[in-house]
Amino acid sequence: MIIEQTYQVRGGDFAHAGDASSKVKKLLKQLDVDPRKIKSIVIALYEAEVNIVAHAWEGIIRILIDRDHIRMVLEDKGPGIADIEQAMVEGYSTASREVREMGFGAGMGLSNIKRNTDQMEITSRVGEGTVLTMVNYF
Amino acid sequence: MCGGDKTELMVERAFSSDLMSDVLTLDTEGLLLITGLANIQTIRTAEMADIHYILFVRNKKVTPEMAELAGENHMVLLATPFSLFKTSGILYKHGLKPVY
Repeated sequence: MIIEQTYQVRGGDFAHAGDASSKVKKLLKQLDVDPRKIKSIVIALYEAEVNIVAHAWEGIIRILIDRDHIRMVLEDKGPGIADIEQAMVEGYSTASREVREMGFGAGMGLSNIKRNTDQMEITSRVGEGTVLTMVNYF
Repeated sequence: MCGGDKTELMVERAFSSDLMSDVLTLDTEGLLLITGLANIQTIRTAEMADIHYILFVRNKKVTPEMAELAGENHMVLLATPFSLFKTSGILYKHGLKPVY
């Protein structure tokens, strides 16, 4: 069983931030994945989706569900992350006031993604964009 | 405001926060979220965190879009004019437990 899904994400579009994560959650429920695993997966994905909306200009989320795992690749065009190590530190944030007004931007996202995934990898080029890959086993 | 058919349900614990980033770090089941942050991302956060009960404080208004999304996810939305502190205090005094 291999399922592939692709979702577009627009930077700044807070009204629809989370739409992709919501669809993935429904899909995983239909596939009868353990609810606790689903929660970790969608929390990581939602944090990552909000990051694209909050920081990037646009992005694509690619989901690949195999028999025993899910691979999520989020590729955005945006300012990139100059210092990934610093960005991983809890409390470090470059979020705008608008992002904070939505209840985010506290510098918790990346560390929470790490906590909720089995594998996580970030590559970034300043001025071009960021690619985040996450893998969770069922 | 939403989910009026589910008034018989019980919650044991509550978490008060306007910061959704903190809400997303919890792994407690059957939680009541008490918040003064009323926007679509409050509902989205609850959806992702499997939270089915939200109590909005400080007279915050629920928009039709929020109510629709909450309804789709079988949530119960409540509201009070009290502050976050006062609301939390009253519920704590009546036995609602904290997450930590």
